[in-house]
Amino acid sequence: MVRDVGIAEDLAQDALVIALDRWPETGIPDNPGAWLMTTAKRRAIDLMRRNKLRDQKYVEVAHSTYLYTEEEIDQSLDGEIGDDLLRLIFMTCHPVLSQEARVALTLRLLCGLTTDEIARSFLAAEATIAQRIVRAKKTLSANKVPFEVPEGEELQDRLSTVLEVIYLMFNEGYSATSGNDWIRPLLCQEALRLGRVLAEIASQEPEVHGLVALMEIQSSRFKTRVNNKGEPILLMDQNRSQWDRLLIRRGLAALERSRKLGRSLGPYSLQAAISSCHAQAPTAEETDWIRIAALYEALSRVTPSPIVELNRAVAISMAFGPAFGLQLIDELNAEPSLDGYYLLPSVRGDLLVKLGRYDEARTEFERAAAMTRNERERTLLLNRAAESGVEKEGN
Amino acid sequence: MRYMLMVKATGYSEARVNHSREYNEAMIAYKKTLAKAGALLATEELQPSSAGIRISYPAYGENPEILAGPFPVDQKLVAEYTLIDAKTEEDALNWALQMPVPAGRGEFEIELRRLEENLDNLTRS
Repeated sequence: MVRDVGIAEDLAQDALVIALDRWPETGIPDNPGAWLMTTAKRRAIDLMRRNKLRDQKYVEVAHSTYLYTEEEIDQSLDGEIGDDLLRLIFMTCHPVLSQEARVALTLRLLCGLTTDEIARSFLAAEATIAQRIVRAKKTLSANKVPFEVPEGEELQDRLSTVLEVIYLMFNEGYSATSGNDWIRPLLCQEALRLGRVLAEIASQEPEVHGLVALMEIQSSRFKTRVNNKGEPILLMDQNRSQWDRLLIRRGLAALERSRKLGRSLGPYSLQAAISSCHAQAPTAEETDWIRIAALYEALSRVTPSPIVELNRAVAISMAFGPAFGLQLIDELNAEPSLDGYYLLPSVRGDLLVKLGRYDEARTEFERAAAMTRNERERTLLLNRAAESGVEKEGN
Repeated sequence: MRYMLMVKATGYSEARVNHSREYNEAMIAYKKTLAKAGALLATEELQPSSAGIRISYPAYGENPEILAGPFPVDQKLVAEYTLIDAKTEEDALNWALQMPVPAGRGEFEIELRRLEENLDNLTRS
């Protein structure tokens, strides 16, 4: 319903600002996603009514919304506004933009992430991202990119970037990259909702189902990811009886849909399959690490990256022993793009503990703690460093 | 007579854990020996089953059920094969017994199968 990217941005940001403003007093509503939509839509209508009087170029748009009553707005919550979000995503993921620009712009416009947050999700410098966003907006205006969901073949081509954006949005909500906010449920719910809508529009695309499966299963652990002090609980230590069974079932069903579409699994389906191994293990000890190691191998073949290799090393050490994992990790240590990435020393520390090499482990945990910008993760890592010292004295 | 030595997949092969240098060298030496004896016809490694797709027909005339891998390792998946020429089953078995076995990786299985030699009518056209 809003055709201009600048205005759509303002509306989305506006709604988020109101939410941040009000929720501390009123508490977070039961369904923050829907609340946010209502707010955004009401603001859109306000704005267009004003524009109709003031500015001829909005007459047409405003006309179509002029007839809306407050009641109708509430009834059409999940319909029209959802479609608008989707249109906005496809616009910001338009082929005139570079892959990086699409992702950065969508995160900025749809999710209200700061350039700093976006920079950290990409392991890139903040100035680079800021510049990318400014250029992307100029390119969109200069090319008069339409505000619409593409059809046919174009839909398929543009899907992969949209999926990437939705997943980054989900991740940003699932684990904040800095400060005290460990979980931002709003971003996760928005991402999951967009994913489900997309899965109905593009039902023959295995990766859409794969992404939805991944988000459903990860969401099932939402309640168990932090303790009552707000500190993160690792997957292996979580109370599995509190995992949301309904979300797990939905996730497994989505994954099954993906596996039946006749293509070997893509990156999202593979990650969903890994997540499903954890979801289906009654206890942490019963996890099928051999299958997880195989899935990570596939992931490293489909989307080769040092970070996937790092995860593969962890899975391999769980499946076949820490020595096999350490061998892979040490190959990764030479990888320049992982400089300053705290998980590398953190994982290496874990493996060294398992091999009884406590002194080296403590050094690794301390290195990792110095690298992370999330306070809770830093505390966690410093605790591990201290534990490694105790283990050593105990021996 | 042609025989196929099928090396079965393990958790290690499905996760593509690199082989030790010793094993790789032994395998190269083994295949050179086969070639020198004129017994080597073909040898290939397969990608892990995560790169595979199963097509199954529950019954004739029904739509195929399609399923993307990976498949369970305990289903004795094939990881690689070596096709050899041998005069007797005993010779073929001897070749199979000479194949190097990777150390420290648990169970390792080779299946020896003889190829049908009378299918010319199917392959000629």
